[in-house]
Amino acid sequence: MSSISRADVAKLAKLARIEMVPEELDHLATQLAQILTAVERVSEVASGDIKPTTHAIEMVNVFRKDEVKPSLSPEEALSGAPAKEEDRFRVPQILGEAE
Amino acid sequence: MSLIKKSAVEMAAALEKKEITSVELTQEHLNRISEVDGKVKAFLHIDKDGALNQAKEVDAKRHKGEKLAPLAGVPLALKDVLTQKGIPTTCGSKMLEGWRPPYDSTVVSNLKKNGVVILGKTNMDEFAMGSSTENSAYGPTHNPWDLTRIPGGSGGGSAAALAAFEAPLAIGTDTGGSIRQPAAVTGTVGVKPTYGGVSRYGLVAFSSSLDQAGPCARTVLDTALLHEAIAGYDEKDSTSINAPVPAVVNAAKKLDIKGMKIGVIKELTGEGFQSGVKKRFNESLDLLASAGAEIVEVSCPNFEYGLAAYYLIAPSECSSNLARFDSMRYGLRVGDDGSKSAEEVMNLTREAGFGPEVKRRIILGTYALSSGYYDAYYGSAQKVRTLIKSDYEKAFAKCDVLVSPTAPTTAFKIGDKVDDPIAMYLNDIATIPVNLAGLGSMSLPAGLAEEDGLPVGFQITAPVMKDDLLYQVGAVLEAALLSKWGAPILSKVAL
Repeated sequence: MSSISRADVAKLAKLARIEMVPEELDHLATQLAQILTAVERVSEVASGDIKPTTHAIEMVNVFRKDEVKPSLSPEEALSGAPAKEEDRFRVPQILGEAE
Repeated sequence: MSLIKKSAVEMAAALEKKEITSVELTQEHLNRISEVDGKVKAFLHIDKDGALNQAKEVDAKRHKGEKLAPLAGVPLALKDVLTQKGIPTTCGSKMLEGWRPPYDSTVVSNLKKNGVVILGKTNMDEFAMGSSTENSAYGPTHNPWDLTRIPGGSGGGSAAALAAFEAPLAIGTDTGGSIRQPAAVTGTVGVKPTYGGVSRYGLVAFSSSLDQAGPCARTVLDTALLHEAIAGYDEKDSTSINAPVPAVVNAAKKLDIKGMKIGVIKELTGEGFQSGVKKRFNESLDLLASAGAEIVEVSCPNFEYGLAAYYLIAPSECSSNLARFDSMRYGLRVGDDGSKSAEEVMNLTREAGFGPEVKRRIILGTYALSSGYYDAYYGSAQKVRTLIKSDYEKAFAKCDVLVSPTAPTTAFKIGDKVDDPIAMYLNDIATIPVNLAGLGSMSLPAGLAEEDGLPVGFQITAPVMKDDLLYQVGAVLEAALLSKWGAPILSKVAL
């Protein structure tokens, strides 16, 4: 049985940018351990010489011509913005005061 | 007489003969929605004016004698994971509440080109993660067969809308079974096309290497017509297959499977499958044999690892895809009071905007992709994907199509599995291998289970870009079952 601590989940939540409350961390730690126990059996058959499949169907890189085509207007692109200012997305501060 | 219980083909014929206008047909469906959707809750948004305007345009073109597409003027329900310009697209999440996309998905552009009338957006598990539609932030959808039961998921809204006669056509998306399992538990038809057969442009991404939009309806032929309307190469999707669409409508009309070899997947008929599901499945096999098909048994030994591989690959891709919901450019923003940094606002927004299942999968995916665990989890899962592909290749060397029950059980009660992720994930045991291998697959009704009187789904799977075979076999089975039952299964829905 996999073991996942509250601190482990807290670290994952930080990486995933989700501000979780302690009860949520505890609940998820229990469930994650159960899920990992169920899924870790993939390693039983995944021996070293098997080639991994990333896409089921063979893919080739697709290029298009570098041409200017009509696209969204600034108004359309900003239509769902939580906050905007002069044709730009307005976002909370990214750098600290001292930086 | 009302047409709402007819097939899309019959509605299209009535429109063609000018026995009814598209405006009238659309209004009938809107009336039906007003009448029953308070109980079923299939729709998240109803675009009454937009639908009637689309219908009016089709009527005007028909009046002028313009040549119209086969489904022109027939109404449809659209899963709320596909963008439609100016129409709310929530993906069943608070994260996108109120968002109106500034562009049409390619599926929607194709529907509009075909004159299909879009009635509204249907409910779904949040960001298509779930098998019951209980993970929607806007509450569950109810199965029209029994309102205390789930309609399947993630596309429970689309399937329920069909079964409740709120729309004759619907669009779903299928990452691990989200078209086929809802079709199975509602007694409707749903097809997951070959990966790359229908454009993913404007489909809000969950697991990009698995996601596929597809057609849903009440009959095999209706499903085929919708398939042809939405499928085809799209330069806006780099994974779109640049090849002709398989001739699915012709295949649905053949009604001949003499000499075809149908493979029964040994691993998907035994333990864990409800007895009534197995019984209806075996009856369908007998009907296919009577129609001249040869039934062979095949073994896919690596399928038992499919669920485990899926629940590593899909969460991994989801943790990456859902990083886009960062509260900066669109969607929800929480806590931006001027004192907090962008990162703090992002953390608060994602905590408030995502529901428990989405968080569970993001965290699981973040774990599976993290340094030190990547090879053991994500890497191993991708190797299992290779083994499952190879199981299919070996099986298709012995037969033309593969069959199994679509889901191990009939519809369960709302609330029964909601906080037991492992039990919930088992619903997808027969549908998931198909997505891992990128194949086309159909679910169609095989009857009602004796023990509970609820619909059972029969799943047919074909090799890559042989989607026509699904319809060829499906139509024969549908016809054989119909002559046995005397009336379509959905005539038993009392709503």
